[in-house]
Amino acid sequence: MSEQVLVAEGVFTWPSDEPQLIGSHFPESGVTVFPRAGACPKTASRVAEDVLLPRRGTLWSWTIQGFPPKNPPYIGTESPKDFKPYGVGYIQLGDQVIVESRLTVSDPAQIEIGMEMEMVVVPFAIDAEGREVLTYAFAPVQHPENGANS
Amino acid sequence: MSDVAIVGIGIHPFGRHELSGMEQGAVAARAALADAGVEWSDVQYAFGGSSAAGNADTMVSMLGLTGLPFINVANGCATGGSALISGYNAIKAGAADLVMAIGFDKHPRGAFDPDPAAFGLEKWYGDTGLMLTTQFFGMKIQRYMHQYGITRSTLAKVAVKNFENGSKNENAWRRKPMSEDEVLNAAMLSEPLTQYMFCSPGEGGVALVLANADRAKEYTSKPVYLKSAVLRSRPFGSFEVFNSWLSPDRGDSPSVAAAKGAFEMAGVSPDEISFAQVQDTESGAEIMHMAETGLCADGDQERMIQMGETNLGGRLPINTDGGCLANGEPIGASGLRQVYESVLQLQGRAGARQVENASTAFTHVYGAPGISACTVLTV
Repeated sequence: MSEQVLVAEGVFTWPSDEPQLIGSHFPESGVTVFPRAGACPKTASRVAEDVLLPRRGTLWSWTIQGFPPKNPPYIGTESPKDFKPYGVGYIQLGDQVIVESRLTVSDPAQIEIGMEMEMVVVPFAIDAEGREVLTYAFAPVQHPENGANS
Repeated sequence: MSDVAIVGIGIHPFGRHELSGMEQGAVAARAALADAGVEWSDVQYAFGGSSAAGNADTMVSMLGLTGLPFINVANGCATGGSALISGYNAIKAGAADLVMAIGFDKHPRGAFDPDPAAFGLEKWYGDTGLMLTTQFFGMKIQRYMHQYGITRSTLAKVAVKNFENGSKNENAWRRKPMSEDEVLNAAMLSEPLTQYMFCSPGEGGVALVLANADRAKEYTSKPVYLKSAVLRSRPFGSFEVFNSWLSPDRGDSPSVAAAKGAFEMAGVSPDEISFAQVQDTESGAEIMHMAETGLCADGDQERMIQMGETNLGGRLPINTDGGCLANGEPIGASGLRQVYESVLQLQGRAGARQVENASTAFTHVYGAPGISACTVLTV
């Protein structure tokens, strides 16, 4: 396996067998945000605590990024010919928060609003030193007992 | 307080041009002055802006160093609308009787490539390929289609209508009508939106001359009255461009409050509107903005658009000049283009795309990071 590096520290727990996104919870308002923030967008309260977000949720909306994003800000360097479209979605984590994420799937036929999703950590780019850059993503939950997506 | 009238309008055609963005703005400014029959030296206050084509106030070196107060405005896609609101307020406040609002722009080809830090986001958001406005539009309409039963055919019909309207507009960029199949079968940029459902960053300029309504007849025989101009930023729970998270406690878009405020200030209800310009960054945006602005209920768009009610000749024509889809999106100019088109229509000068018996118009712009500006205009 090639060397790996995180796209940023403090966004999700890693290394871990069960990685979780790290958000902020504002006890005064009950609002949870992702990533961490210093002030509540609802009440401006600055009393915040770190919170590890649930690993599973349901797909709230989605799209497929069909063309290579401009670099910068994107750090992927694929040529338009080699670019592979990737899914992007919002995943509702219980009644806490809806987070935006890359998806591990990019075939519209495999994606529908309401499907169960789970957080994973995946490589998405190669940096200048040849290392795989890791970020979080959400994958459809596999149910091995029936061999199909939920 | 004084009422506000628009007494002169000017435009530089939208599209791709040799001229700099600011020079296009100056062309529009000279045209607006000529339309009002006034000189630059008569203008007492100016507000203007661009996103990517320089500081508007440096334009005085092209128009004349008269010493007037000229304030630069920068408010994303609502830059033009914000310049207009600033001019409106200056007249209302009695600070001036003759004001220019101006917007222009010139963007490189391809999707916008904003800097995460400029939007208060961490660098990784851009690094990982989430910093694209196109994704937001895809996901907002995807959710809306799921909730309200809007079809892909209806998405396509919005683009077909706007290109048809653009074909009747000599200042539009895309003037070739397109079939529903052509729109649906174009490259898929961001599910469910194809290439021709999106507007493209472009170039152009628009200028408006505003006057104290008491003096409007000195400049034009048919003044158009700016009955209201309202800007709002996002409330908690709205769904905007570049949100890494959303609240499950869903709230309204800023367009809801801006439109409501504009209708209330004007004393006009949405069913009195003869025609409207609503921000069509892409087909889905036009559909959702119709409901957010109160022009219809959520879900009614499917029937309205399939029946052609928003076409020229329909019950409520929308984006009569072809909107952003046919004109492109020079950020600083788009909001003022909508008002320019509304004035042309209300004065009966819209030629092949003239709406019959037009008396009351509504305009709406929306932009990052969650702002909306709306106006109501009457004759």
